[in-house]
Amino acid sequence: MDTDTPALRDLERMAATIRCDIIRMIHRAGAGHPGGALSAADLVTALYFRVMRLDPRNPSWPARDRFILSKGHACPVLYAALARRGYFPLSELDTLRQLGSRLQGHPDMLKTPGIDMTAGSLGQGLSAGLGMALAARVKGLDIHVYVLVGDGEVQEGQVWEAAMAATKWQTANLVALLDCNRLQNDGEVAGIMPVEPLAAKWQAFGWEVREIDGHNMREIVETLEDVRDHAVRPTAILAHTTKGCGVSFMENVPGWHGRAPNDEEAERALCELRRRLDG
Amino acid sequence: MADMPTYPTRYAYAEAVQELAAANPDVVLLNADVAKSMRTNEFAERFPDREFNFGIAEQNMMAAAAGMATVGLIPFVSTYAVFASMRACEQVRTMICYPRLNVKIAASHGGLTPGQDGVTHQGLEDMALMRSLAGMTVIQPADATSTRKAVWAAAAHPGPVYLRLTRDPVPVLYDDSLQFEIGRAITLRDGEDATIIAIGDMVALAVEAADMLEAEGLEVGVLDMHTLKPLDEAAVVRAARATGAIVTAENHTLFGGLGSAVAEVLGEQCPVPLSRVGLGNTFAESGPYRELLVKYRMSSVDIAAAVQTVVSRKDRVCSG
Repeated sequence: MDTDTPALRDLERMAATIRCDIIRMIHRAGAGHPGGALSAADLVTALYFRVMRLDPRNPSWPARDRFILSKGHACPVLYAALARRGYFPLSELDTLRQLGSRLQGHPDMLKTPGIDMTAGSLGQGLSAGLGMALAARVKGLDIHVYVLVGDGEVQEGQVWEAAMAATKWQTANLVALLDCNRLQNDGEVAGIMPVEPLAAKWQAFGWEVREIDGHNMREIVETLEDVRDHAVRPTAILAHTTKGCGVSFMENVPGWHGRAPNDEEAERALCELRRRLDG
Repeated sequence: MADMPTYPTRYAYAEAVQELAAANPDVVLLNADVAKSMRTNEFAERFPDREFNFGIAEQNMMAAAAGMATVGLIPFVSTYAVFASMRACEQVRTMICYPRLNVKIAASHGGLTPGQDGVTHQGLEDMALMRSLAGMTVIQPADATSTRKAVWAAAAHPGPVYLRLTRDPVPVLYDDSLQFEIGRAITLRDGEDATIIAIGDMVALAVEAADMLEAEGLEVGVLDMHTLKPLDEAAVVRAARATGAIVTAENHTLFGGLGSAVAEVLGEQCPVPLSRVGLGNTFAESGPYRELLVKYRMSSVDIAAAVQTVVSRKDRVCSG
């Protein structure tokens, strides 16, 4: 293993730090989506601090790996990761959703250094990722494309159009990372519009399917690295996660999909997360 | 006009994009199961590694084109106007226009040209929808020659372009000496009494109408306003000042297309009598293209009648 690659323990600490950033950002902005940002924190940390080939000093490096946050409402997790990785100053996280900020309410590739694709209208990111994977083939670039998709998001038919097409072209460099937190805006995915059996669906579309615990850093890293190095066809990683993970009173509560914590809630959340960081 | 050679602009597009791809390795072509209809299947045979047929899935195709553009390709997305502008409207807006990506959308079957297919395949709202998107360039060339030039101009123009094409053959109006510039109207003839500002296949009909009116003693100018957005506002104002009356002609709904765009300019900068020829508040029906134009009052006779109307209204401009 590369001596520069951070150890699992360091990645776990970074994920906890990013969770603190998420709470602070959304609290300060007074609006945002903490639940889905917290559920994706370990996945995004593994990608940005270990798995993806990047150069924060050169965000538009053509040979970089690409990441698309198709569930764009979770963008505080991405902004925190980018800032912690050195794409822009940490202090800028305080500007989330404010007038004139480079940190929009959903990811904007023209405004934020390090954002590879504008996203936020659900169901569209996997198509864009497929386009990137195909373009890499045309341009002779050896890059990997990671698309983070929500489990509720696969209710959008376009996701399955993209899944079908990726199999046609056998884009082994395309990874769909599903943040399976089982909740969506209006309630439980299973009740709003059931998407299961998810693994069987992706398999039926011709994808390699892996299932992991989306909060187990060892499992996340080992799976992502194995897929990166050995995939022969498009891969869907079903990451089972907890919405609001890390903040007890947010966990598995649909109401925390899209509301900001007040002062007292933010302080309680940060206390819990700091204990995790110190522990 | 009857003795002029005719050619569908969709075929001119398919030929031009092949020539372009031969010169530029970043040009790729995306199809959605109408490659045979648009003849873009020839591109697939010539450049098999740079053609992608997405099947009947325009939304995926449009967003994939966006992804390709982020990696430095110039995707030409080929489908019909109804699907490009409506089925995949939000993909065009959010994934292409918002990030200002270099995607070129070639939309065949514009207006009533797919006449017999009926309403489902007649793209009559597309220009209004595309015009409303920030940063979108919207073009409908009048003939095969200007279509070929428009393909090269679109490729050289950074950012999204919507290029509308006809299913049916339309008269070839220009020779290769044509200077085609995005956003600059082409003056086909100067006039004294009124100017017809037309777009796409209606340009040939505007010339026909001007010929008819000449026999009746009216000198009518014709402008080929191939670029709906950004509109050549200066050309509109010049025509209004020079002739004092304007008729617009478009194979499109009257709500939000060329007529609306010209009315906006005239209203703000140079109010003169205006009459708009296009499809009213109705859906059309199946039938041959030319017969539909007659039934829905969009023929050269209707354009000529509209000119007579605006000329008669010249002395009745609202004061102020």
